[in-house]
Amino acid sequence: MATVHIPTPMRVATDGVARVEIEGATVRDIVDRLEANYPGLGGRLVEDGQLRPGLSVFVDGANVGRRLRTKLQPDSELFFVEALGGG
Amino acid sequence: MAIDTRVAPKIKHHDEEYKVIGTRPIRHDGLEKVTGEARYGSDINLPGQLHGKVLRSPHAHARILSIDASRAQALDGVSAVITSADLPDPGDKLTTGGEAPGLPVKFKSANMLARGKVHYHGHAVAAVAATNQHIAAEALKLIDVEYEVLEPVLEVWDAMKPDAPVIIEDLYTAKADGTTAEEPSNVAAEMLYEVGDVDAGFAEADLVVDREFTFGVVHQGYIETHNATANWLKDGHLHVWCSSQGAFTIRQELADLLNHPITKIHVVPMEIGGGFGGKTTAYLEPLAALLSQQTGHPVKMAMDRADVLKATGPTPGGYVRVKMGVTNDGTITAGYANLAFDAGGYPGSVVGAGCRCVFAPYNMTNAKVEGFDVVVNKPKTHAYRAPGATHAEFASETVVDEICRTLDIDPVEFRLKNSAKEGDWQLAMPPYPRIGHIECMEAARDSAQWQTPLETAPGKKRGRGIASGFWFNIGFTSSVIAKLNSDGSVTLLEGSTDIGGTRTSVAMQFAETLGIAIEDVDPIVADTDSVGQTDVTGGSRVTFATGLAAHNAANDMKDQIAEGLADLWDVAADSITHADGTFSANGNSATVREAAGLLEEEGVFPIGKNTVTPTREGGAFAVHIADVEVDEETGKVEVLRYTAVQDAGVAIYPPYVEGQMQGGVVQGVGWALNEEYVYDDDGHLLNASLLDYRMPTALDVPNIETIIVEVPNPGHPYGVRGVGEVPIVPPPAAVANAIHDATGLRMSHLPMSPPRVQAALAAQA
Repeated sequence: MATVHIPTPMRVATDGVARVEIEGATVRDIVDRLEANYPGLGGRLVEDGQLRPGLSVFVDGANVGRRLRTKLQPDSELFFVEALGGG
Repeated sequence: MAIDTRVAPKIKHHDEEYKVIGTRPIRHDGLEKVTGEARYGSDINLPGQLHGKVLRSPHAHARILSIDASRAQALDGVSAVITSADLPDPGDKLTTGGEAPGLPVKFKSANMLARGKVHYHGHAVAAVAATNQHIAAEALKLIDVEYEVLEPVLEVWDAMKPDAPVIIEDLYTAKADGTTAEEPSNVAAEMLYEVGDVDAGFAEADLVVDREFTFGVVHQGYIETHNATANWLKDGHLHVWCSSQGAFTIRQELADLLNHPITKIHVVPMEIGGGFGGKTTAYLEPLAALLSQQTGHPVKMAMDRADVLKATGPTPGGYVRVKMGVTNDGTITAGYANLAFDAGGYPGSVVGAGCRCVFAPYNMTNAKVEGFDVVVNKPKTHAYRAPGATHAEFASETVVDEICRTLDIDPVEFRLKNSAKEGDWQLAMPPYPRIGHIECMEAARDSAQWQTPLETAPGKKRGRGIASGFWFNIGFTSSVIAKLNSDGSVTLLEGSTDIGGTRTSVAMQFAETLGIAIEDVDPIVADTDSVGQTDVTGGSRVTFATGLAAHNAANDMKDQIAEGLADLWDVAADSITHADGTFSANGNSATVREAAGLLEEEGVFPIGKNTVTPTREGGAFAVHIADVEVDEETGKVEVLRYTAVQDAGVAIYPPYVEGQMQGGVVQGVGWALNEEYVYDDDGHLLNASLLDYRMPTALDVPNIETIIVEVPNPGHPYGVRGVGEVPIVPPPAAVANAIHDATGLRMSHLPMSPPRVQAALAAQA
């Protein structure tokens, strides 16, 4: 089961739960199952089939950007975060 | 651990030894830079070229009732006048490239040329193309604009009030809980980051320090002003030469703003006289392109200094509150921060990054951070070296210093005790990978400055301060193409604008991997038609990401050489080994140079290439020490001695790393002590020149001692961490803490300029 860390503002959709265990082979699977389990949450992560502009996902410490096809390990850890720029 | 003292101290936490990496060769662009042969944007001159100029708003906040350009158009020598009516309607399109994806293109478009309202003093209203600059300047005076002047709102704390004038009438707050406000306001977005139980953490604390800080607007202060030349051909191809941190980003923005196919846009990056984040977006390029399209001539435009200060993207002013709880033994139990940054005239400040940096040097298991992106009547703010981090960590590092003073704990020991380390919490991010904050703090503790008592002088108020800083660094996408020439040299095309000497640091990684001399690599910054996608030179990413692409391209070239030699030597390619630049198999051997000659005879010319989007940037930490003297009469603060310590991962080209560290310190000291936009009550910028906007000169700073710490980034084959941004983060806090040490004053506003220090001293007395 992958561990998904829910960003603070999105915990309204998970009744305050900060971390959920969920099964999925790819990031997209995780997003789909998050939406199924917590209606409205998936829509805050994905728009028109893509991760919302301005969001990135970290999988096992690696910033994979908006690549929803990223494959997961059975015990992967995911963070959805706002994308950063620099100067 | 070994200390290399040949040039400046370098403290290695690894055992790797390299042939090219870590050496100090002559930089590839050195000769042409010092002889004046390097070509900058203003050196572009095309046949039939016209000159463009921009009409800017005299008001900070006003409705545009009408624009009549007929008198300007009638002036001899004027070829075109454009306004926002000439820009395509962007509709609901969102930005897709650059550093701030997901923002409405309509805001960027309106910032190019005001639509309906002007949002700040200096906002572009119209642009003219004429046969020369003087006629263009005269024509601007003949454009009649009728304004309805509106009340400006200049500071975030005023803009957030319920009864504040609303600058963007259809801006509804994107609230932290995912909902959208029902009434328009100046707050574009709210952010919330939380970990642990912050209330329980504060309940455990023996001491809670809660302080507020404010900031003026600060500009990046690059020496070369913005410039762009555009040539829109009749077949629709658009060629642009400009001073930018990212040719591909400018290409994307031109496509978004002009609704023009990206394949028809060709952007040539020129040498760049500084950017620091301020040249990661377009200003003049779309205007020059439109004017060229309308006139059928190339159009060249350049800002003067006043234009740059009034109408480009400085870093935000704003407000930060930091509250930290500790036990009496100096263990941090909780932190709370509230940051409100001014976005300027349109949404999109760097407050989110500031929120995530505010407690970054520390392992804090209970924290809550709130952020607010606030629109005000000032220029649309933009990135500046480690955007948002300097504000945030000025506040938190000042609070940490106060905690140490109150508890009588050594500030180095406090930071070591609470330091973030591998596996520790990061706010809203995965746990830290291998990082070097502890190693930097230890190096600072052991430095000559920290180990030397502060020199006192009778009647002088002197003090010493120390502060940490963190910046994430970013990866983004980079490409290189490497061509092996028949003499064994390599032409290396890379897409990253070279601001800090990156063509050499990228080439060095290529040379190290292929096993050739750095002098055999000729790096070239290529245009958008000549190399693959490459994102901006920003986020301290080029030596890291483009260097990784160069390393991968060198491996690609090695494979191709081995395949070529395999045919010649009649062996399997995978039986060929490569070591120290020599290929060997079955009693045969050839250096890269020899292999190039052999392959030429076979008609084989290897081209190594790679496009990479790295995923493990590795964060960067710095620790700085400042000794200052405060003039009690004038309030002037002089920096007497300064040491900057920084984890570079592995320093590819140490002189550039030291240069970035020293440059960051100088800019940070300027931010700390003098630099600030000054506005009158009507929102007019009063100091739009470098005479009145006081940047430090060589006379204002001492020699800056540097100590490079090398804790390799596990996310890069050579351990590289970005180095360009984090050195601007600690200086304001280090200087503020030194001022406190000298005087007992806690300064809470940047800059800590002479009048402010003088007033604080008077109040203290």
